[in-house]
Amino acid sequence: MRVLVHIEHETGVIEDTAFELIAIARSLGGEVEALVMGAEPEALAGQLGAADRVVAIADPALETYLPDAHGVALQAAIRERNPDLVLLSYSTAGLDMAAPAAHACGLPLICHAVELRQDGSALDVRSQTYGGKLVASSRVPIPAIAMATPGAARAEDGRLDGIRPVETVALPPGSAGAIRLVESLAPETGGVDLTQAERIVCAGRAIGGTDKLAVVEELAGLLKAEVAGSRPVIDAGWLPKSRQVGKSGVTVKPRLYLMAGVSGAPEHLEGMRDSELIVALNTDESAPIFAKAHYGAVCDMFDVLPKLAARLKDS
Amino acid sequence: MKIAVTLRLTPDLTEELELTEDGRDIDREWIGLVLNEFDDQALEQAVLLKEAAGAEVTALAIDGEGVERLLRTALARGADAVRRIPADDAPSSARALTPLYAAAVREIGADLVLAGVLATDDLHGELAPFLAAELGWRQASAVSDVRIEDGDVVVRQEYSGGRAAQLALTLPAVVGLQTASQPPRYVAGSKLRDLLKVEVPEMAVDAAPAATGIEPATLALPDRGAGAEMIEGSADQIAERLHAILVERDMA
Ligand SMILES: Cc1cc2nc3c(=O)[nH]c(=O)nc-3n(C[C@H](O)[C@H](O)[C@H](O)COP(=O)(O)OP(=O)(O)OC[C@H]3O[C@@H](n4cnc5c(N)ncnc54)[C@H](O)[C@@H]3O)c2cc1C
Ligand SMILES: Nc1ncnc2c1ncn2[C@@H]1O[C@H](COP(=O)(O)O)[C@@H](O)[C@H]1O
Repeated sequence: MRVLVHIEHETGVIEDTAFELIAIARSLGGEVEALVMGAEPEALAGQLGAADRVVAIADPALETYLPDAHGVALQAAIRERNPDLVLLSYSTAGLDMAAPAAHACGLPLICHAVELRQDGSALDVRSQTYGGKLVASSRVPIPAIAMATPGAARAEDGRLDGIRPVETVALPPGSAGAIRLVESLAPETGGVDLTQAERIVCAGRAIGGTDKLAVVEELAGLLKAEVAGSRPVIDAGWLPKSRQVGKSGVTVKPRLYLMAGVSGAPEHLEGMRDSELIVALNTDESAPIFAKAHYGAVCDMFDVLPKLAARLKDS
Repeated sequence: MKIAVTLRLTPDLTEELELTEDGRDIDREWIGLVLNEFDDQALEQAVLLKEAAGAEVTALAIDGEGVERLLRTALARGADAVRRIPADDAPSSARALTPLYAAAVREIGADLVLAGVLATDDLHGELAPFLAAELGWRQASAVSDVRIEDGDVVVRQEYSGGRAAQLALTLPAVVGLQTASQPPRYVAGSKLRDLLKVEVPEMAVDAAPAATGIEPATLALPDRGAGAEMIEGSADQIAERLHAILVERDMA
């Protein structure tokens, strides 16, 4: 089995998820090829010692991420290297590039993968589905493309410095131009840096509106904690973007993550799963967050949070 | 400009999901269906674009239970036209249905398609990038703002860590919407009632579902592993125990 792993990097830093993919590829046995694209991708090769080989696509058009140029580069690498499995991360680039590659190369695509095992000429893949409420088992014939959920493996298991042979693939002419970068936007800071917070109280969609936020804010005040929100809370405009935890927000690792009315979708877990103490309140006993939290209670947050606040006030 | 929006009903995930006996699907008999939250955002963004730049918005859905009502809601929210696409034994995978959507998009002559970035029950890839590949158009996913500027579509694409970029795509293009630039508007019940008798036209397309290359998956409840230590009791008792846990760790 030969696995081509897409290595995502941003301003010269390889994403942890890329090392997770290498770890998954390693666990399948066989050969691992790390595919890096960029203006000068060879510069990153020395960090890809856990792969057997580096496949580099160097082109000025690949300097910053663009869905069309990077997508075509991926397809060129697949055609040239003919892997049994292509691994991408469930990221924006993964979402953009995996389907067109599957379409162009006539390969099956399996998404939200958290576990892959080879069984003869197929892969047995377990995927998270229905917002993390169910697990799906699929038998995927190889060759195939898989998109893995961040956190499916440990980055440490795929991280190793070392020089590996580098093969180059050319970007086909005319691949870029229909999509242009207008401007890169840094994360919105808005006066708070949740990544440094020791304690966080996170409100989910169930908070229902800004008028109800007081419940969470009071508790956070008493705990000397920062207030955070899940994506729907930010989308609704109830909290600023700088307070969003998760895939498209910040990744936090506080000593306390107290969350109420958050279901625990994989995209939220991605941003807080390494917190030291996770306490979750949710009215739905089948909420996926209860598989991840350290302490949980099936209850109405609007009943319990004020009572907890009262106790903190008294102590 | 003509904009097509694809809409799909998905199970309400705040309910408990039960499986069919063979484990190939969830039991759909009682489960509530809601508009996929990302499609909801796509619809809003389409109507916002229409209001800002002028456009004709057509909402498309593969026919099925609840779809007429869904599309009437789309009209109430500002879509100019709606179409049900009939499909026998419609597979649920977006990849499989891509040829049907592509045929519909061509038929209405859209220059821009807005689709929700994903549906949580789709394992074989997302609609926006498959549709773009099928049509040979540009595509960007995980988008949280869409504008029309000098004939291009300019989107805000989001990445991990809160980073983002403004990208300009030449039309025609497909955009996978995560969030509209404003929260979806609320439609009054009276407005919906006015539309009760409006006919939702069918649009048969000359296309068949594509193969995904993967047999339907077997579903199971996740293994909770150790899972959380659950705190039982009344609200008072739960608060008391939580307080004790925080005191124990020097956090209260
Ligand atoms: C590409 C992409 C990126 C994403 N990025 C992020 C991200 O960065 N961060 C993020 O959070 N999400 C992200 N999401 C969205 C994610 O998939 C989920 O939709 C989101 O996390 C759900 O938020 P939630 O748990 O607050 O809401 P819901 O899933 O709607 O959950 C609300 C929960 O509240 C419970 N509840 C209801 N009433 C009460 C009550 N009175 N008391 C207690 N509990 C109650 C319900 O049982 C339910 O479990 C992303 C999605 C995509 C596709
Ligand atoms: N079977 C389907 N019918 C209609 N829309 C779909 C279908 N599958 C996915 N979609 C839509 O396509 C977008 C991406 O979904 P998916 O590709 O399933 O993750 C979302 O807008 C979905 O609601």
